[in-house]
Amino acid sequence: MAAKTINITLKIWRQKNSKTEGKLETYKLDNVSTASSFLEMLDQLNEQLINEQKEPVAFDHDCREGICGMCSLYINGRAHGPDTGTTTCQLHMRMFNDGDTIYVEPWRSRAFPIVKDLIVDRSAFDRIQQAGGFVSVNTSGRTMDANAIPVPKDDADKAFEAAACIGCGACVATCKNGSAMLFVGAKVSQYALLPQGQVEATQRALNMVRQMDEEGFGNCTNTGACEIECPKGISLDNIARLNREFLKASLKSEK
Amino acid sequence: MSKSVLLKSSLAKKYWMALTGLFLCLFLVGHLLGNLQLIFKAGEEGRRSFNEYAYFMAHNPLIKVMSYLTYISILFHAIDGILLTIENKKARPVNYAYNNPKANSRWESRNMALLGSLVLIFIASHMAHFWYKAKVKSDMKLHTISVSAPGSQEAQELYITTNGSYLPVQGVKVKNHTEFYEPTVDIKLGEGYKDLHSVVKAFFSGKETNGVPGNSLALAAVIFYVVSMIVLSYHLMHGFASAFQSLGLRHPKYTNLIANTGKIFAFVIPFAFAIIPVLLYIKG
Repeated sequence: MAAKTINITLKIWRQKNSKTEGKLETYKLDNVSTASSFLEMLDQLNEQLINEQKEPVAFDHDCREGICGMCSLYINGRAHGPDTGTTTCQLHMRMFNDGDTIYVEPWRSRAFPIVKDLIVDRSAFDRIQQAGGFVSVNTSGRTMDANAIPVPKDDADKAFEAAACIGCGACVATCKNGSAMLFVGAKVSQYALLPQGQVEATQRALNMVRQMDEEGFGNCTNTGACEIECPKGISLDNIARLNREFLKASLKSEK
Repeated sequence: MSKSVLLKSSLAKKYWMALTGLFLCLFLVGHLLGNLQLIFKAGEEGRRSFNEYAYFMAHNPLIKVMSYLTYISILFHAIDGILLTIENKKARPVNYAYNNPKANSRWESRNMALLGSLVLIFIASHMAHFWYKAKVKSDMKLHTISVSAPGSQEAQELYITTNGSYLPVQGVKVKNHTEFYEPTVDIKLGEGYKDLHSVVKAFFSGKETNGVPGNSLALAAVIFYVVSMIVLSYHLMHGFASAFQSLGLRHPKYTNLIANTGKIFAFVIPFAFAIIPVLLYIKG
């Protein structure tokens, strides 16, 4: 399909910092190539704004190849926009038509405060990871080869699929309850499925869920929206596994 | 920590939501089997078997335990649901200006709190009409039949007692709403059945039934009942399978089975409930 150019109207959330109130601003942007990515379109808008001596729109991005988890954006009512299985950087303007009005909003969650414009602070995810999303390894000089422990292929595959989570926060942004269960489910599953993860399994489930609750995420009501919008296709199986792991841990833990 | 975790954490709230919800699904099956007697047996035989069943339900110790579990489950499910809803609203203080939730989830899954509240209103009204009358107010008419001796024109009103005998209405004194006493020497002769069958029939048919005055708003009562069952159906459409997911009961072999069972359950149970008042209204 040959690339063409389209003219669009953008409604973008502008907010100076976390302390101030924000609002939607309207911008007209002409001659957008349908071959450009959504972020390239925003770059084009920012060039236009800079030329007009206006403040450019702040948005998160890094690798621009769908693997780093930095980009976000709630586009026309959906996390990472209308395409499925993609991050915003992989969303292309060919998904839109000439004359479209496109709403661009930041992730909305109490646990993800807005830093500026479309940038939100996702360090709540980091703190959940730090609470238990790791395996302690002895580094005294006789480190064991991880491959020396046999792992069933199916389990290794499932753990790998769970580990595909890039922590972008689309699950939280999409969930009507702002729940982080898909993220935490993926992070707990990644270790729960592997023998190396068993040693700390009880504390991991308890600590990560406690941190998740403390950060102010909502409760999972199993709408399944997160699974649909997840750019990495993380399955609801992981939420069920977290439910099992946490139940097991809270019945077993002596602390 | 462990103890508080099983009450306070977000996941524990969901476990309790699931367990009480599934228990209430079992209750629905039991309640429905009882109610179906209203349409499967006609006439005096149906009336008698239904009232005997109601008496059994009120006096069997095991059923009593189950009924208290049901009250607790309804209250817990409702309170827990309200708490979860409040927390979930707080988790997103600013809403999206443009949102498209139907792209990724079903309407009923997003509106369980609304559906649940409507079901709770129905339960309150339903209990006020039947449970309160039978259990708290206890002024429900007792089951009587009218018989006349062969060749005689004069009919006699008889109470049916729980041990299968009959006592003349004129010849006994009623104490504690249901107990029959010999009027002069004050000896207990037996116990009667509350005529719940006639109360239900009069309520939904609108016609006077065995001395119970007809409900002038019978049509409204039937419509309210049917609409409430549609609401319940949507609530179950998401709730049944969701309860299994909350408890972590998900497995490639059984997930489809659970989801399909949930859909069938959500359709069949409320449908069977709803058909009863409709038939009572039509048949009179």
